[in-house]
Amino acid sequence: MSADTDVEVLRRQGRIVVVGASLAGLRAAETLREQGFAGSLTMIGDEPYEPYDRPPLSKQALLGRARPEDTALPRRRDIDAEWRLGVAAESLDRDTRQVRLTNGDTVPYDRLLITTGTRARPWFHPEEAALDGVFVLRTRDDSARLHRKLTGGVSRVLVIGAGFTGSEVASACRELGLEVTVAERGPAPLVGALGGVIGAVADRLQRKHGVDLRCGISVTALEGDDMGRLKRAHLSDGSAIEVEVAVVSLGAMRNTEWLAGSGVAAGPRGIACDAGCRVFDVNGIVTDDIYAAGDVARSPHPLFDYQFLALEHWGNAVEQAEIAAHNMICAGPDRRPHLWLPMFWSTQFGVNIKSVGVPPLGDQLVVAQGALDEARFVAVYGYRGRVIAAASFDRAKWLGFYGQQIASGAPFPPEYRAVDRRTETLHPIDPAFPDPHLPTHGPTVTLTGHSPSERRVTFVPSHA
Amino acid sequence: MTSGTIAAQITDYANRADPYPLFAELREQPVRREDDGTYLVSTYYEVRSLANDPRLSNDTSNRPPGYTRVGQPVESGLPPSFIFTDPPVHDRLRDTINRPFGPPHSPRFLDGLRGGLAEVVTELLDAFEGKDQVDIVEDFAYPLPVTAICKVLGVPREDEPRFHGWADALASSLDPQAGEDGQGKAQRARQDMGAYLADLIETKRRRPGPGILSALAPEMTPADLEATAVLLLVAGHETTVNAITNTTLTLLRHPDVLERFQKDPSLAVPLIEEVLRYEPPVQFVPWTTALADIDVADTTIPEGSPVWLMLAAANRDPRRFEDPDRFDPDREDNEHLGFYTGIHYCFGAPLARMELHVAVPELFRRVTFSRLLEDPPPYRANAVLRGPRHLPVAIEGLTA
Repeated sequence: MSADTDVEVLRRQGRIVVVGASLAGLRAAETLREQGFAGSLTMIGDEPYEPYDRPPLSKQALLGRARPEDTALPRRRDIDAEWRLGVAAESLDRDTRQVRLTNGDTVPYDRLLITTGTRARPWFHPEEAALDGVFVLRTRDDSARLHRKLTGGVSRVLVIGAGFTGSEVASACRELGLEVTVAERGPAPLVGALGGVIGAVADRLQRKHGVDLRCGISVTALEGDDMGRLKRAHLSDGSAIEVEVAVVSLGAMRNTEWLAGSGVAAGPRGIACDAGCRVFDVNGIVTDDIYAAGDVARSPHPLFDYQFLALEHWGNAVEQAEIAAHNMICAGPDRRPHLWLPMFWSTQFGVNIKSVGVPPLGDQLVVAQGALDEARFVAVYGYRGRVIAAASFDRAKWLGFYGQQIASGAPFPPEYRAVDRRTETLHPIDPAFPDPHLPTHGPTVTLTGHSPSERRVTFVPSHA
Repeated sequence: MTSGTIAAQITDYANRADPYPLFAELREQPVRREDDGTYLVSTYYEVRSLANDPRLSNDTSNRPPGYTRVGQPVESGLPPSFIFTDPPVHDRLRDTINRPFGPPHSPRFLDGLRGGLAEVVTELLDAFEGKDQVDIVEDFAYPLPVTAICKVLGVPREDEPRFHGWADALASSLDPQAGEDGQGKAQRARQDMGAYLADLIETKRRRPGPGILSALAPEMTPADLEATAVLLLVAGHETTVNAITNTTLTLLRHPDVLERFQKDPSLAVPLIEEVLRYEPPVQFVPWTTALADIDVADTTIPEGSPVWLMLAAANRDPRRFEDPDRFDPDREDNEHLGFYTGIHYCFGAPLARMELHVAVPELFRRVTFSRLLEDPPPYRANAVLRGPRHLPVAIEGLTA
């Protein structure tokens, strides 16, 4: 039997199992059906809900402009799947090609797609994390609970970590008229994702909107009252603040624990896969029947030195899922690479923030359009003399152009005339990323090294 | 421009009724240099990429001497309206003007005008009673957009007729062939309308009423506000007349689609978008200039070159749209360039769409058409804002 015959059989009567029923899982399932997959399709999800959209959960849903239960993802087509919702995958047996669920069921597969995504990093102290008033924000239920709390007569909120989620929560709190303190271990908000130069703009933006922003500060302990309700937070500068609500926004953790012992290259930095979304085993040998997509996947990207990138981006989840689905049911020569240019956006304090490329790889930065002190600009990041990323505040429409510049390896700094260029000559400066060895709060692009099976990677950008 | 160049053929009135074969010829060389150093860009991806390129300016004062400088203030004229400016001036003006007009600050402003526009449509159609032939341009498409712009601005109804005359003179000035006579007329219309608006703005400043002028009077200089009002009239009037007329013409040329539309009014959305692709009301944008050498499609456009972005050609690029010369309301992924793209994306697009959706379904619901009386109909001179001057049609009946 030729490989092509196998593909035909698979397309007609194969069994495809998708573990992770969120954005990537749904879009993959739709793509499978769209491309003619006629076999059985099983969707496994640990949450009890059908796939829903997460970006509104830290924005409109906190303000009460959208209800968390109304964020179900629109369906592109019927997927005729068996849904196993509310039950998580517990382990993977590659020899027998089965996924075992936490309720003891086993689900056999011919092709497996892993889209288990991430979860919010919990507060490090379990007893403090369990206090009434301590929240994380990742799921629909998290958002609904936090919205109820924020609109239920609280006066002061503590946000721990000023990454994107934390900053969006702080923004929503201010819009709701609540006092909010933000504690960030790094020197500025968004510093892990965009660096200290842009972080300083975000810093001014938060203060201008009345946020009590404290950078270079860690929260050392959360203290409850006799009833188990949060009442006070202790900070690393020795001070304490009285709060009823703390939102822990310390980034995400990849849901890979269930793959321990399975022999696939999965670890805290994600599941390593090739550019065609095929998962590697721990020996660095690619599997042919297991695929990964979305936040949990890390794959090599030729534009970024072939480093493995893990991208917690909405658009990446969609595109990678489509590529994975396509490759799962086609013959080898028809497979496509996932070469998505990283892109994400955020809305906070009335400003649209958008980024393309991989800013943390940048060793230099110029403000190519607009001005930092107006909080309206496009900043362009360079890496060894070429354009590697761009970030904008309220100037997102230009980023398509900079995306092309990144993809074509355009020289840095850009020396051409452009509209809204404020200086005759651009003077590159250090974008001021924190030491990559220190943990940061929630960068949404993570460079995870060169090796598929590395579990701990130290990446040191080479500064000139 | 020397005669015989393709740009001259496109602006030649003889080709107005069907410029599409010329556009197809143009696309064979996606970036074409005219003898005078103007570059014509005609393929979808290249047009889209340039429209989003910060090295391309809408401020024609960046052109070397000797080239047409559309939109620049002539002696004692108004400042350039925001379409002819670059950031940061452009962004400041557009952000300000958007506040009373659309989301996030005024998400319901346009919807509030819908009822009034529907009444105008009803009146216009009621007047078809007893006729067996009408001119869709004069009797239907023409009056609505001026009323719409006047409502947006807050111009009293009784002053609307004056706007019709100004709108004609101003729209014709966007034609590269307008010549000194046309530019002069447009300049006088700008000044007359400016004087009228200066009075109106002063009135609104003292006694605010409905419309964006009242909201903007405290925010902008009178000159900037006058220039803005003139722009909205130029850009929002004839374009929308053409869009309504083109939709009618296209439907009457495609009886199968017309029949479906009459059975299923929900076809209006994809149908109107397809008309905007197939017969875009702004055919090309001839007022951009390269600020630097730009490499596009294996050609370098040198710094200082005037660049024409050929939207109507790009909208029929077979690399982007399958079977592009076919009018197909079932087309998926119809991301046409009918409203342009990038920071100069049509400011009035939501207003234009609302006018089309108020006018077109009601026209075809109430009127039983017999046939086009002239096909092709006579066109206006303007090659940029291309559209029929008249669209005479025979009608069989009118329902309530």
